Amino acid sequence: MTAPPPLVDVQDLVKHYPGERSWLGLGRPRAAVRAVDGVSFTIPAGTTLGLVGESGSGKTTVARTLLRLTEPSSGSFQLDGVDVFSLAAGPLRRLRRRIQIVFQDPYSSLNPRMTVRQTLREPLAIHALAPKPQRDARVGALLDEVGLDPELADRYPHELSGGQRQRVGIARALSVEPAFLVCDEPVSALDVSVQAQVLNLLADLQQKRRLTYLFIAHDLAVVKHIADQVAVMYLGRIVERAPAARVYEQPRHPYTRSLLSAVPVPDPAATAQRIVLPGDVPSPAHPPSGCAFHPRCPHPLKNDRCRTERPALREVAPGQVAACHFAEQPM
Amino acid sequence: MTEPLLRIRDLRTYFVTDRGSGTARAVDGVSLDLYPGETLGVVGESGCGKTVLSLSILRLVPEPPGHIRPGSLIEFEGRNLLTLTPRDLRAVRGNRIAMIFQEPMTSLNPVLTIGDQVAEAAIVHQRLSRAGARIRAIELLRQVGIPEPEERADHYPHQLSGGMRQRVMIAMALICHPQILIADEPTTALDVTIQAQILELLERLQRELGMAVLLITHDLGVVAGTTDRVVVMYAGQVVETASTRELFARPQHPYTEGLMESIPRLDRPRARLHSIPGSVPAATAWPPGCRFHPRCPYAWDKCRTDEPPLLETGTAGHTARCWLVTEPARRTGEAAR
Repeated sequence: MTAPPPLVDVQDLVKHYPGERSWLGLGRPRAAVRAVDGVSFTIPAGTTLGLVGESGSGKTTVARTLLRLTEPSSGSFQLDGVDVFSLAAGPLRRLRRRIQIVFQDPYSSLNPRMTVRQTLREPLAIHALAPKPQRDARVGALLDEVGLDPELADRYPHELSGGQRQRVGIARALSVEPAFLVCDEPVSALDVSVQAQVLNLLADLQQKRRLTYLFIAHDLAVVKHIADQVAVMYLGRIVERAPAARVYEQPRHPYTRSLLSAVPVPDPAATAQRIVLPGDVPSPAHPPSGCAFHPRCPHPLKNDRCRTERPALREVAPGQVAACHFAEQPM
Repeated sequence: MTEPLLRIRDLRTYFVTDRGSGTARAVDGVSLDLYPGETLGVVGESGCGKTVLSLSILRLVPEPPGHIRPGSLIEFEGRNLLTLTPRDLRAVRGNRIAMIFQEPMTSLNPVLTIGDQVAEAAIVHQRLSRAGARIRAIELLRQVGIPEPEERADHYPHQLSGGMRQRVMIAMALICHPQILIADEPTTALDVTIQAQILELLERLQRELGMAVLLITHDLGVVAGTTDRVVVMYAGQVVETASTRELFARPQHPYTEGLMESIPRLDRPRARLHSIPGSVPAATAWPPGCRFHPRCPYAWDKCRTDEPPLLETGTAGHTARCWLVTEPARRTGEAAR
């Protein structure tokens, strides 16, 4: 039996921002920013890929290019066999029904002058999904599905709590019945008790609607509770990708290993050694030579090869790829 | 035990809201002690009053709309900080008690070099000359791990990364050797690898300088790794206090328990997360009785009408604001699920 083709197939995605010219456009152009530099992944239908990285790793740019909110420089993205990056404006608009996004900050992504009802009716009208008289019933059903009291339909965003706003953001994304949902740090701005509510809601919705998620986060602990596969990004590239259990139990890239060790564990008796990486994430306009991680890498075998030769992303265990010369001898 | 360095008794900081929805009782009767050399964690979610508490200590709450109610006490070195003259208060602020904030970019002056900003407190409080203060500032920048501090001293905040800015904030706070450092979510805006650097730095500096740290945070993971004792806040009140080990081993308040179970954890298998139903009520209308009762899985009639005091749990130094302490039989496993 062969596996069904994945719903989401992204190959060699690149987004470079050309360097600006200083001196009012007359000076020398600065170095291009390679925000996303050759990212590939696939997501089987009904599953979740967790995309993890620190600020500046390019994870949000990946999200925005998939929705073509930002045009990619090159690469391909097939959604259920449709080549999204080559679509013209009209078909793209129709395709947006199938791809939706939930943003990090629900407050700035909801229109403050629209009630919840107006916010949720708009996509139904744009995509002609329900005749006018039925739209209010659909709004009520959506609110119910995301665990909000339908009484809240006539409230404005400022009258809602952070968790309620994020539920509205999720309801809006679901209103057009998408197949693929990009969640860009959907719980990072929420308090821990509310974060758990929203994570559970996303898991329930996935099961019920057979949704496919790209779940972007900086917190590996959050991702652990939702992802089937995990990809770790550093400076615009994926440095490790594997089934979730492998990433957490046997990380092969020293960056993954360091990220995992840096997450504070809520247990005062925890004795695990914290790896504290030196320095900051370098600028994506001037990535280090060779392996981009080498200046901060704590791997004891690090040598000249790391400084000169960029390691390829290669399979190091079944289903697990890592971009490290020493992936076979993990720390 | 030794005398506390800072004693807070029945602190009430209220805000008059402009839309007539009443008075927000942001901090509503908080008492706590901070001992020399210890790290005390203050934990809670947004709206629990932890930031207003920290601002009240240095009287940084904007008045109006805020005001600290008469009867509140914040005692430091035998004096009530709440009744000091502005002049006496300035001698404490940034000198004996210093503070670092969550967002280093908005707390640094964008038009002054970091060297000048770090040196400022030494000129004001220690009467150092400009040149002497600069030498001291560079020393501090080196101590907080800024590479090439001589050059960096002439840089502006926007030329630094978030982690470096937080290091500058720490250098500013420590230049006068404060006895107390108040750190309000010092790592929340930072990436996890940078957070690890800053936490390690704070630990090292505390060891070297022997100051007491009041660490305000929402992150129980940070609390577990860095504090000696913890105060849990909910709805403007302290709901539980204990040594860090004791709190994590035997949380007594249902809110503490719920918070701990709702944290996504790396050291546990993937499972559905526990969540606390509902959300934090508004500070203008705290629920009657126990303020947590509408969200509590164990609540019974008494909780809806009678407000529990902080009760001794039987372990030294462990108190919880919950009637379950008096009726432990009501804590049944089934009710929580």
